[in-house]
Amino acid sequence: MSKTSAYLMIAPALLVLVLLMVYPVLVSIYTSLTDRRIGTDGNFVGLTTYVQLIRQPIFLRTLANTGLYVSISLILKTIFGLALALLLHHVPAGRNILRAVVLLPWLIPTSMSVLIWQWMFEPTFSVLNWILTQFGLGRISWLGNPFWARLAVITVNVWRGIPFFSIAFGAGLTAIPQELYESASIDGAGSVTKFFKITFPLLIPVFSIVVLYSLVMTIADFDIVHILTRGGPFQSTHLLGTLAYQVGLAGTQISQGAAISLFIFPALIFAAFFAMRTIIGREMV
Amino acid sequence: MKRLHRDFGKFMLYLIVIPYLVFLLFPFYWATISSLKTNKEMYDLSTNPLWIRERVTFEHYAYLFNRTLFPKWFLNTTVVASLVTVITLSIASLAAYGITRFRFRGRAAFAICVFVAYLIPPTILFIPLYQVLRFLGIIDTIWSLIVAYPTFTVPFCTWLLMGYFKTIPLELEEAALVDGATRLQTLIRVVLPLALPGLMTAAIFAFTLSWSHFLYAVAFISTSPQKPLSAGVVSELVRGDVFYWGSLMGGALLSSAPIVVLYSFMTKYFIKGLTGGATKY
Repeated sequence: MSKTSAYLMIAPALLVLVLLMVYPVLVSIYTSLTDRRIGTDGNFVGLTTYVQLIRQPIFLRTLANTGLYVSISLILKTIFGLALALLLHHVPAGRNILRAVVLLPWLIPTSMSVLIWQWMFEPTFSVLNWILTQFGLGRISWLGNPFWARLAVITVNVWRGIPFFSIAFGAGLTAIPQELYESASIDGAGSVTKFFKITFPLLIPVFSIVVLYSLVMTIADFDIVHILTRGGPFQSTHLLGTLAYQVGLAGTQISQGAAISLFIFPALIFAAFFAMRTIIGREMV
Repeated sequence: MKRLHRDFGKFMLYLIVIPYLVFLLFPFYWATISSLKTNKEMYDLSTNPLWIRERVTFEHYAYLFNRTLFPKWFLNTTVVASLVTVITLSIASLAAYGITRFRFRGRAAFAICVFVAYLIPPTILFIPLYQVLRFLGIIDTIWSLIVAYPTFTVPFCTWLLMGYFKTIPLELEEAALVDGATRLQTLIRVVLPLALPGLMTAAIFAFTLSWSHFLYAVAFISTSPQKPLSAGVVSELVRGDVFYWGSLMGGALLSSAPIVVLYSFMTKYFIKGLTGGATKY
């Protein structure tokens, strides 16, 4: 009896998972094995789509871009997020208001904040180049040059990510028992020693969850690049998500789009596996 | 001397916080003044762009309301976010209750599925969901979003609520069950009121995530009157090569305003959800 009610209670959630997640993933895998375009059924072609894909320079460039975007963004978000968390942890007054204000970039809909950045990057009339000219420097075509465009999309990603990292790390910091620091002080440890011997090791569980989660979400990022650069200039900023959209939906080659987006899967499995190990390890404690 | 040293340390701390605040908050200031400037001033290269010299104008906001479908997009977003929140909370609280209160076969497997589902990004799902929603005949309508958004709200909220339900003592429920209440009655009359802070957090997140979502909106909807804010403001204020920057900034700010208002009243819940959903589990 009670088992039946348990199954009834989880049934709606299970339906969402199966019909809207598991089934679509299967559809996606199948689609990637056909030559389907939007509006046609297509034929089964096996791995042909993947073979075509890895021969295309634009796809290889996108893989490289994604790697660059993810690694640099993650490193910067971790460093700046941790630094901000430590700062906020130690400010004597106004911590709550600072914490609340600092979350704004994370809170605002990404599509909206990216629009604001797009206007800031505008080369002729906007503020970034105005500041450069005040210092006697030349104007930069922020979104028109591969190097600066990459820098721009990474900057926006880091800007949006710092709040999440710092609040999560901050929660980890608060959870560290104060006595550890006190007894370390008695033993004559300096603040650098305390950071590396107490703070850092005890932050590792929070750290790994945050980084793993952010790894998946950064690899799968779409909004920033789609709005700021559409993958340009010269496809220098395309990510898997934006390329999949452009080829699969805008370009109607839905089988290729499906194949491109499935390249996110390995990262997802990696992150899910390690995140689960961390969680299970912690629940046993 | 030691005191002076400590005060200097505090002073330095604030000194480092300031560049952070400028970096994190300047875009909002820039958007606000840009949305209130006349075009003449905005495109005048000889003036200092950091403040408004001539006069404050609301013409960009007027353009938004009179010449675009902004009010319609706002309404669409409100309808989608509200419906998704209600649907999500019903599904997620039932599932979280079932999983924390019963021992049944597949319980652990289901919990793992919820967690993995929470990690699946929309970027993997948008192409097959496009096909499914097209097959269902609701592509290009707000209904496609109401069906698709639970893919990210349900796993997240279920996970969050599982954490909350675990902290509620079983004795109260057992008393209600002994008095002859059914499981569903117990859930609604005993557990949910006790889990109210958790439900608030889940509701706020479901609403905020649905309000803000972008990828599904651009992928599924191309008809202007069906668009939510995220897709509408981004695509319809650029005509050819012309960007209506003043209205774009006004639209970005107005679209964010409801979330900011919600946040200013409920900061505590936002932070709880952020740390509870992403780091505690």
